[in-house]
Amino acid sequence: MFKSVLKIFFALVFTLLMVGSVIAAPPIKIGALFSVSGPAAFLGEPERNTAQMLVNEINKAGGIKGRQLELVIIDTQGDATKAVQGVNKLIKDDKVVAIIGPSTTGDSMAVIPIVEKAEIPLISCAAGIKITDPVKKWIFKTAQNDALAVARIFEYLKKQKINKISILTVSDGFGSSGREQLVLQARESGFQIISDETYGPKDTDMTAQLTKIRGSNAQAIICWGTNPGPAIVARNVKQLGIKLPLFMSHGVSSKKFIELAGDAAEGIILPSGRVIVANQMPNKDPQKKATLSYVNSYQKLYKIEGDHFGGHAWDAMMLLKSAIEKGGDSPAAIRNQLEKTTKFAGIGGTFSYSPQDHAGLTKDAFVLVQIKKQAWTLVK
Amino acid sequence: MTKERRQILIFLFFAAAVLVIPFFLKGSYFLNVLVFIGINTMLAVALNLLLGYAGQISLGHAAFFGLGAYISGILTTRFPVDPWLAMMLAGFCAAGLAFVIGFPILKLKGHYLAMATLGFGIIMYIIFNETVGWTGGPSGLSSIPNLHIGSLFFDNDWNNYYLIWIFTLGIMLLSINLSQSRIGRALRAIHDSEVAARVMGVNVRILKVQIFTVSALLSAVAGSLYAHTMTFISPVAFGFNFSVELVTMVIIGGLGSIYGSFLGAAILTLLPELLRVFQDFDIVIYGLMLILITMFMPGGLISGIETLAKFVVSRIRGKQSNA
Amino acid sequence: MDSSRQLLQYILSGLSNGAIYALIGFGFAIIHNATGIINFAQGEFVMLGGMLTIFFLVFLHLPLGPAIVLAITIATLVGIAFERLTIRPLKNVKPLNLIIITIGASIFIRGAAMLIWGKDTHALPAFSGNDPLYIAGATILPQHLWIFGISVLIIILNKVFFNYTIIGKAMRACAYNSYAASLVGIDVKTMVLLSFVISSAIGSMAGIIIAPLTMTSYDVGIMLGLKGFCAVIIGGMSSGLGTILGGLLLGLLESLGAGYISASYKDAIAFIILLLILFIRPEGLFKKKETERV
Repeated sequence: MFKSVLKIFFALVFTLLMVGSVIAAPPIKIGALFSVSGPAAFLGEPERNTAQMLVNEINKAGGIKGRQLELVIIDTQGDATKAVQGVNKLIKDDKVVAIIGPSTTGDSMAVIPIVEKAEIPLISCAAGIKITDPVKKWIFKTAQNDALAVARIFEYLKKQKINKISILTVSDGFGSSGREQLVLQARESGFQIISDETYGPKDTDMTAQLTKIRGSNAQAIICWGTNPGPAIVARNVKQLGIKLPLFMSHGVSSKKFIELAGDAAEGIILPSGRVIVANQMPNKDPQKKATLSYVNSYQKLYKIEGDHFGGHAWDAMMLLKSAIEKGGDSPAAIRNQLEKTTKFAGIGGTFSYSPQDHAGLTKDAFVLVQIKKQAWTLVK
Repeated sequence: MTKERRQILIFLFFAAAVLVIPFFLKGSYFLNVLVFIGINTMLAVALNLLLGYAGQISLGHAAFFGLGAYISGILTTRFPVDPWLAMMLAGFCAAGLAFVIGFPILKLKGHYLAMATLGFGIIMYIIFNETVGWTGGPSGLSSIPNLHIGSLFFDNDWNNYYLIWIFTLGIMLLSINLSQSRIGRALRAIHDSEVAARVMGVNVRILKVQIFTVSALLSAVAGSLYAHTMTFISPVAFGFNFSVELVTMVIIGGLGSIYGSFLGAAILTLLPELLRVFQDFDIVIYGLMLILITMFMPGGLISGIETLAKFVVSRIRGKQSNA
Repeated sequence: MDSSRQLLQYILSGLSNGAIYALIGFGFAIIHNATGIINFAQGEFVMLGGMLTIFFLVFLHLPLGPAIVLAITIATLVGIAFERLTIRPLKNVKPLNLIIITIGASIFIRGAAMLIWGKDTHALPAFSGNDPLYIAGATILPQHLWIFGISVLIIILNKVFFNYTIIGKAMRACAYNSYAASLVGIDVKTMVLLSFVISSAIGSMAGIIIAPLTMTSYDVGIMLGLKGFCAVIIGGMSSGLGTILGGLLLGLLESLGAGYISASYKDAIAFIILLLILFIRPEGLFKKKETERV
């Protein structure tokens, strides 16, 4: 008697398991490459946090077409070698159907050949224009091109009738890419670059370069880099008593910059995504809804403000979600749907991809903000 | 069996294992990891010649690795040089630089030598980073062509594995050969006491420079192979941190031991993979390993393994004689 | 004239950086003279000084003074722990192994700092504000004055300690010949411990006074330590005037090189100077030549 009860019990359990595993469709695996630790952690950490937050939200709401999402995150540590190892693992071991990230231009350039060969769609969160120019079949990006940021600054300078500038850029991937754009667009728009200085990412004193600039006839200084360098530049500018207008890049559009630069941040102007002035945007701005909700949910979960960088991952994830919803979960279908994206109002801007344009943004993706009394204000 | 014969046998066994393993790992991601272990082993063995045999510390060896990678990369992307020729030229240039630098640098000892090599490494890193016109600077150098023999292209894990490991095995064999030769004995003499070696008639100065040159050449070849398999290089991989990692590999594995270098390279390449959850802990663990191994197991892990092996063998023999 | 104003600016920046390098160099010299070891981890004490002060200031809301004192105390304790755990237990260890151990310790301390405080950069508030002072057209900040002032104070204290107190003289005796020193009754082990205490205290102090200018993060120790080492090599491993001159010279050459040759190669200039000194006159510019006993 007992034996037969046991047999029935096991049979039931077995059947339930089988039925269960058939009903519960396998999750959709998405890979993520972020530089969570290392020199680019200020990019990778908010990006990873944002991606995780979104995946949890999506799964709680039932997943995509009933299937749960599984996010496999790999920390590249800002090291191209680890990015390459990571992308190989994601493609061959985890067999992901799409990849978001990497966070840096260097990592992105390293993994592009491998991703193209494996024919998996990749949405990079890095700024370098080379990532999608020339356009590559499987590669997209969500971070605004530095070219657009430079265009915004030059537009403003033209209005102020300034045409002699000095540039001070950091000698890393971000800085050198920005410098290329500054030089290129200066030539095209009729600006004269009086001096072209650089500094190292770990430098702690830029007074030498700024002393040279002080002695020249430059009318404005444009500094292109990521924290902490530009904060030191801002302090050095104040220290040397330089009264020229100081412009920064979108690389420092975070509260951290104001914190590090202190009083020296007053009056600095830089291009940024709308997210840091989300509540100052006019109501009819198509991005206002998305940016405000992102800032609020990030704040609730991580206790600090959602920022410009995490926004890149938000855009990548949501674009992917929309593509999977429309076309299914095969890599080729995802790619095709991504390419058809039109007027997607995200955090970084309003995206419209096409076969010739996998970056999807125009210079309206940027607004100009000015630091007044340690807070961001929109420059009209 | 003589010591030399046994060493050759061990090597053949190791080589056989290396050549056979991919068949068990077809299509696996682990094959890719093994390629990196191979490159790191080459570098660790090259450094071991200098550090373990001759007892000369170098904290800037990543510079030669980078030099090989960049010369290879630049010659094959900005000029239409054949990758194999580029590799030879890269090795040649690195050897030349090492030869010239070697004379003044190797006059220094201990901490001064450590700092000088460190300074040299950083100067090279800055050059890699700043000469944007040649090296692409911090954005890196991409689209480096793969190596190929006729129509066999080394552009996937399987082919790359064999390419890298053939070189690695070759370098290991070279080092074993070297250690058993007159030169090897002379190097060990220098390690123990330079003055005594000089008194014995060893031309210390020339020998140190020679081994430095060989070490640099092998590192540069590894760099070239790295460039052609990764197809993208950037200065980050060739800085001070990697130089320290290389020294860590050699120390953990065991100074003067070829298989120790392999062990050290394998551990330090695998550790980040295994510790993916604890990735922030890796620096702390490296530091701790360096301290603990140097304090309690100066022969490295390989000596620990040898002791264990001897213990096990003696236990078995003991049991046999008792039975 | 604008170019003389520029020159003066470079000189002032160079001297203030140089003072910091000299202070860090002292740390190297003191330990080396007492034990023969080069403490690779010296730079990490500089980092600890700044990071600990920020920790106490921001998270425990202590006022600046107590925060600084507490930071130096803790950094010194770390130094003592380092000496006790890794240096003292070793007898007859090869110099190569000692180098590796101190490198390992520096990596460990840096890694621990990263785990505890994260990878962020932090700014320490300046001691007396941020408004520039003008000297003949060149500007310096009040913080620079603090740097000069405290450096001079430490130098004077050093000189007094090593030349006019019994303990200081005992430490110098250990530096010359530790065996002979122990024969005349000096407790060499305590002298070694004391050298670590002084070095970590000076190092962390140096880190605190520059943190308002350069900001601090878990990895500032590497470069600062290296530059400090350059200073002490140029100066000839002395715990006095030589290192000060070495540091100032390094700071000046770096600043002038950055201003007139190329700012991007600034660090390379410092290391090329290091290599040249090591190749041509390894005993330093300000010391008489030594012979090595076999």
